Amino acid sequence: MITKFQVAYKNLLRKKIRSVLTLIGIALSAWVLVSLLGFNRGFETALNRDIDNMGFQLMVMAKGCPYEAATMMLKGGTGLKYLPESISDTVRKEPDVERITPMLMQAVFDPNKGESGGIAAYLGVEPQSYGAMKSFLRFMQGEWFTQGDAYEAVLGYEAAELEQREIGDMILIPEKNVELKVVGILSRTGTQDDGTIFVPLRTLQKIFGKNGKLTTIGVKVRKDVDSSRIETKFYELPDVQVVSMAQVKQTIMSLVSTAKVLVLSIAIIAIIIAMVGVINTILMSVHERFQEIGIMKTIGAMPGDIFQLVWIETLLLCATGGVLGIALSLALSRVTELVIRNVLPYSPKGGLVLIDMHLILFTLGAISVIGLLSGLYPAWQAGRIRPLEAIRSGVNE
Amino acid sequence: MSNSTVSLEATNLTKLYHRGSEEIAAVRDVSLRINKGEFVSFTGPSGSGKTTLVHLLGCLDNPTSGELTLGGRPIFSGNGRQLSERTLTEIRRDIFGYIFQNFYLIPTLTVMENVLLPFTFYRKPGAGKDVMGLLKLLGIDHRKDHLPGKISGGEMQRVAIARSLVNSPEILLADEPTGNLDTKRSAEIIRILQNLSRDTGLTVLMVSHNLELAGQADRQFEMRDGGISERR
Repeated sequence: MITKFQVAYKNLLRKKIRSVLTLIGIALSAWVLVSLLGFNRGFETALNRDIDNMGFQLMVMAKGCPYEAATMMLKGGTGLKYLPESISDTVRKEPDVERITPMLMQAVFDPNKGESGGIAAYLGVEPQSYGAMKSFLRFMQGEWFTQGDAYEAVLGYEAAELEQREIGDMILIPEKNVELKVVGILSRTGTQDDGTIFVPLRTLQKIFGKNGKLTTIGVKVRKDVDSSRIETKFYELPDVQVVSMAQVKQTIMSLVSTAKVLVLSIAIIAIIIAMVGVINTILMSVHERFQEIGIMKTIGAMPGDIFQLVWIETLLLCATGGVLGIALSLALSRVTELVIRNVLPYSPKGGLVLIDMHLILFTLGAISVIGLLSGLYPAWQAGRIRPLEAIRSGVNE
Repeated sequence: MSNSTVSLEATNLTKLYHRGSEEIAAVRDVSLRINKGEFVSFTGPSGSGKTTLVHLLGCLDNPTSGELTLGGRPIFSGNGRQLSERTLTEIRRDIFGYIFQNFYLIPTLTVMENVLLPFTFYRKPGAGKDVMGLLKLLGIDHRKDHLPGKISGGEMQRVAIARSLVNSPEILLADEPTGNLDTKRSAEIIRILQNLSRDTGLTVLMVSHNLELAGQADRQFEMRDGGISERR
């Protein structure tokens, strides 16, 4: 006994190159689909994690473009304008505020960074308030600064790796010709803190001539407090703007959504092209086997049998292509991430493409449904072949 | 003659075609009766209607008019009602086996798989109990795992015969079965058909251009311009 599955499978092997090319088309569209949906999930998860790890819900900063400022903060860049340090007392006194952490971010061009130099960013912090805000920070070596005005630095995990620094080493701030002693190296956090060089707030203010100035105040509100109400209150302060992390998240997600719509359109076009490829392949195969199909009907096949046979072929092609595409997307997820990071202005740390079993099953199901739809017309055509016409066409050859 | 011995009976079977306004009678008022186990051949020049007649007798096509009874069962009752492709398939798979000049084997399936292919779609109760025996009888058992492209034309036609017999048909319809074979292989195929008819009681209807081969049948009909006459 030979099953319809075996007949269909063996037929696909008849024109190997054609079948392989069709498979590649399906695999590529499955890859695009999995990567896109995986990115959708991964980006949101990573963004949520990044924002949660900020430790604060609100950022108080000088007036300017709030999104640019927020993005720069997330990327580890510097704010454009400065706040007077006195504002931090006003903010701290607000009863709904649990704690605050004042920050000053400064950046200089470091000619020794990388192959052709790069921007070195320094974050001036108060260890007590910053550490309390980010309770997940752990030291791999050493500890926080000995004094609030010490010429010391704590390096994030990646910053230490990049600079090849250990406890006791000295690092030079270019342009300022000031040396800082490395007193601590943080464990990996998967956040922007990994690439940051932390310096005591007072020290950084002194080195860069920004005494009494801050770039940002991180604010953590008390539990069950509506942060939007505090936001409104802070806006009453002169020359101050407030950026809520929920707002930042929403803005970034809406920017990313625009990009996603574009990529999704491309994915849909890729799927349609793959579908047309499948229809073409199966139609050609049906046309080439006109006589064979006619003979099958002569020896007992009903139109439904032929329909099933052709449908199985389509399903086999699509399911195999789908599996290949998913394997490809798993194998190349890191490459996809690198490409996305290069394209997107802000990408959160950690895995950007999240492919789980649910997504894999969804894609396989979607590709199979697409395959079944693609196979409808060729299968219907094949089912309509009349044996007599097939036999006559053979006699006339 | 009682109905139990009659394999096939056609009465005034007619098939008309239209080419523009012209009406062409491929088969006109053909009446014949064939008994079970008879080996019957149909000869005639090209366009005489022999293949069209055998297609009507083999339920591959509907007649324009006329009656056809198979084993006492009325198939076409002369009222001009056309049977659907589904109904024709049901009749075909119950009663007929077919072999053709071009063999029509599936190139991707082995000899054995080709022979078993009808079971993929339909298996008559009790059929196919000794497929290897059938292959041995036809002398192709040693080729069972070969693909059709690796065997000779004579062997390919034997595979087609095995495929046509696997569902235990009552009538074997052979349309120019030796058309693509040399003299020696043709003689072998005719001998096989004769043996099947004689030993198993299978009714064999064969269309052939070759008068010498057709002459080896129990009865020989000659077609001319859509009409039929039996050679005595």
